[in-house]
Amino acid sequence: MSVRLKVIEAIKQIAKEQHVTLPELSDDLSLHETGFDSLAFAILVARLEDETGVDPFTISEDAAFPATVGDFVRAYENVPA
Amino acid sequence: MSPREIFALRDHLGAELKGRTLSDAHNSASLTDILSQTVLGGRLRELSSRAVLLKLSDQLRSGLAMIELDGIARRMLLCPPDLNPAHLDALIADAGIDAVVTDEPARWTGSGVALIVTAELPLAPATPAQTERATEWLMLTSGTSGVPKIAGHTLEALTGAIVAEGPARGPAPVWATFYDIRRYGGLQIFLRAILSGGSMVLSDPHEALADHVARLNARAVSHISGTPSHWRKLLMSGSAAQFAPRYVRLSGEIADQAVLDGLKTAFPNASVGHAYASTEAGVGFAVNDGLEGFPADYLGNRNGVEMKVVDGSLRIRSTRTAHAYIGRNATALTDDDGFVDSGDMVELRGDRYYFVGRRGGIINIGGLKVHPEEIEAVINRHPDVRMSRAKSRRSPITGGIVVADVILADGTDPARAKEIRDQILNQCRAHLASHKVPAVIRFVEALDVTPAGKLARTDA
Repeated sequence: MSVRLKVIEAIKQIAKEQHVTLPELSDDLSLHETGFDSLAFAILVARLEDETGVDPFTISEDAAFPATVGDFVRAYENVPA
Repeated sequence: MSPREIFALRDHLGAELKGRTLSDAHNSASLTDILSQTVLGGRLRELSSRAVLLKLSDQLRSGLAMIELDGIARRMLLCPPDLNPAHLDALIADAGIDAVVTDEPARWTGSGVALIVTAELPLAPATPAQTERATEWLMLTSGTSGVPKIAGHTLEALTGAIVAEGPARGPAPVWATFYDIRRYGGLQIFLRAILSGGSMVLSDPHEALADHVARLNARAVSHISGTPSHWRKLLMSGSAAQFAPRYVRLSGEIADQAVLDGLKTAFPNASVGHAYASTEAGVGFAVNDGLEGFPADYLGNRNGVEMKVVDGSLRIRSTRTAHAYIGRNATALTDDDGFVDSGDMVELRGDRYYFVGRRGGIINIGGLKVHPEEIEAVINRHPDVRMSRAKSRRSPITGGIVVADVILADGTDPARAKEIRDQILNQCRAHLASHKVPAVIRFVEALDVTPAGKLARTDA
């Protein structure tokens, strides 16, 4: 499964668990508009760390938290394997 | 007026009850004629009025030495097997130790302890000794780091609950415990065995659980205690099927409904109950209605044990508590009114109090306080779950999140893992605030249990 697909799957799974109705996920959708609160994002980052072995937001000191879904996905894609 | 009569362990042992034994995986000692035998090489006289460190590598010799020393030594400090050797010097100084009973005498030459007595088996014949004094029993608290505290007890305080309960009904019980008898929970069972006229089967940390259960069966153990973690391990092992005790007790950790129900199912003919006790607070109470928590009307004064809840934690005052912490920098064991703060946090729901966790075990989730035990109790309700541990994990977003490690029941189809995970999460969402719902559930094969029988909480 591609990194992108893994990230999208995880977002959908957590939305289901948290009873969040997601808008259609596109790269330029702002993360704010996903309806996720900080807890949901914390869960997402923790699960993706378990699945991919990386937490791109802790690795780098200066990493700004992404603004859009596309930025979020790229944060995982750009981590060296 | 004659001085108040002092009872020591030897005064509860007589030759009139035949066939009583104290045994471990390798040896068995007869309790029936124990008073005319010695594990101390006949050197008991030298230990009269001494402050004795009991530092032995096995429970059998420890128990036999306790019987011999009680009423003779001024005080005895019981060392549990997991005591960090680096803490020995501080403990020896704090307790004013001037004699050691050991099975490794070579280690103590040049140690500065004046008198070294070797405990050895087989027992040798000896002239029965007479009780001289009320020996002070020193026990170590089971904290996870730093030098443990020394709590001072008397035999009278240690046996208060046993005497209050009266003798066990029916045939003389055969006692056992998963605890080490040099810990409060284990010592309670050892003392019950001595006072109740029965026998006792000791645990052995090096023995496989199935072998231990086989030994419990071979010795016809009827009464047995352990922590919920001990019992969950037994339920998971599949060994419980061959075992049929009459009396099953849990203490030392929160007994949640899942483990109580699990034991009732595994041992349908047994009385299953949980007890509240700690090294400092002594035996508080027993709960025998099969339910977790305890009735709210236990608060107040009940059978000489007074309990109240202040700032969410259970406070106990009774003659069964330890009388003081011992040592150079010892803090007060009780408040000004004589109550011990147990540090165990309780919550009133309806007409019952429920234990929610340790005050010191709170984890911080995004600034909110969470007791991991509360989460585990909900996870453990799932029929496929045997045991779980909740803990915090650092999160770049909220500072911390809850994650849970879960052991599934034997023979659970791995293909159902995802379905079970979803069910556990639904269960958690239905019963817990959202920040307490685990973000991640990991299925694991095993969870660490400390030598004191409690779930290891490295992050607590």
